[in-house]
Amino acid sequence: MTTEILLAGFGGQGILFAGKQLAKTAMYNDKNVSWLPSYGPEMRGGSANCSVIISDNEIGSPIINRPDILIAFNLPSFDKFEPKIKEGGILIANSSLIATKSERDDIKAYYIPATQLASDNGLEGGANVIILGYLLKLTGIFDLDQFIDLMVAGIPATKAKLIENNKKAIMLGYNYEA
Amino acid sequence: MANKVLMKGNEALAEAAIRNGCLNFFGYPITPQTELAEYMAKRMPKVGGLCLQAESEVAAINMVLGAAASGVRAMTSSSSPGVSLKSEGISYMVGCDLPCLICNVQRGGPGLGGIQPSQQDYYQATKANGHGDLHLYVLAPASVQEMVNLVGRAFDVADTYRTPAMILADGALGQMMEPVDFDAALSEKRELPEKTWATNGTKMQRKRNVINSLYMNPDDLEKSIIDRFERYKKIEENETLYEELYTDDADIVIVSYGITSRICKSAIEMARAEGIKVGLIRPITVWPYPKAAIAKAAKTAKHFLVVELNMGQMVDDVKVACECRVPVSFFGRTGGVLPTAEDVLAEIKKLNGGNK
Repeated sequence: MTTEILLAGFGGQGILFAGKQLAKTAMYNDKNVSWLPSYGPEMRGGSANCSVIISDNEIGSPIINRPDILIAFNLPSFDKFEPKIKEGGILIANSSLIATKSERDDIKAYYIPATQLASDNGLEGGANVIILGYLLKLTGIFDLDQFIDLMVAGIPATKAKLIENNKKAIMLGYNYEA
Repeated sequence: MANKVLMKGNEALAEAAIRNGCLNFFGYPITPQTELAEYMAKRMPKVGGLCLQAESEVAAINMVLGAAASGVRAMTSSSSPGVSLKSEGISYMVGCDLPCLICNVQRGGPGLGGIQPSQQDYYQATKANGHGDLHLYVLAPASVQEMVNLVGRAFDVADTYRTPAMILADGALGQMMEPVDFDAALSEKRELPEKTWATNGTKMQRKRNVINSLYMNPDDLEKSIIDRFERYKKIEENETLYEELYTDDADIVIVSYGITSRICKSAIEMARAEGIKVGLIRPITVWPYPKAAIAKAAKTAKHFLVVELNMGQMVDDVKVACECRVPVSFFGRTGGVLPTAEDVLAEIKKLNGGNK
């Protein structure tokens, strides 16, 4: 089985970090995985996206054209990639920054005001991790505890506050009810 | 999961070089290769090596020349425009018979071009890395793990035959992260000749060594070149690498290397699912070129399709290898644009329709 996840938004929204967490967890579950970022000027405020492919087989092209799962962090990403989601695929949209809704009836669309939730809970910059929590709940793609453990393992122990905030963010997303 | 770590291609290349005994790195930043130099700057001092950001690419390659002359495993890395700047130094290193590793994480050209992945330096890498009669041992990996696997081989071949070697990667391979197992890559150990030619001090025990690429007497220069080409012949015999997929029954054989070969593999699986018999020859060394594999496939294939991120630079190599006995078509995108597997599938179908 192969799952193609495309994460897209503004540079600075933590898109690449979020993708890396998915790739890392997949690797620890003995999957083949590729993580391909957009690079260059995107890192400094343009649009950023990253392709994460998780598979039981050897991964061919690391580029995603028709994602199984699209995580859209902002409106330009929604406009650009929502039409490309595979039939039967999943859309998760950051509704704080995306006012429109998908009109497609061949995908499952979910909305979470991740940016708003982050600022309401003192977790500025944590919208990416909130959305990851929501993704885990919706898809069951990874075990929640394992995912948290691996994410925390990547944060230096000296940054205890960051660890707490990330845990809080992921649970906010995981427990979010639309 | 064994000992796997998730790493960017650029970083994995640097780590692999260090694990294979590279002690000197000289570079100059350029996208999409910079993480390699950045990683070297962090790690190299910890293993007692030297990482130095030179004032230019020209300076960096000449520092590599100096380091290699002293017998140290040395390397440099850059991306396309930077490699052009290094070409003078590369030619001098060939003329001096000095081993080293050069990484080219290719981007779009010509000129400053762009920063997205390309394979537009194929001609440069395989035909003319500098002036003079010369070749480099050029490896074109297709995954982060393979980049790591090939670094040791590149250094070993360089040391064995006294030639610069090159890893010809691209922006996508440099930037993407994949799981890597470094231990698996270190399994193959070679006996390497002692570097009796190195200018590392006579200690009053031997005659001094001189490393130079200047020959005022044409007969001497000719002899040095002929000697070098004898070694190239051995490299062709012993060090040519390629991968084959489904070539036994394939009507259409795709020839593609590096990141593009993976896009082709996806397309091949799609085509096979539709009953179209497609295979792949993936040159892992682009110099020496796997001519024998192409010639063999030409006996049964009806068509070759070359797929690259350029305007068709490898087409002639395939035509020569198959002696034009089979038609050779080309499909590619250039300037930093990557084709999709569906694009390649469409090309396969065009050729398949033509066979009916």
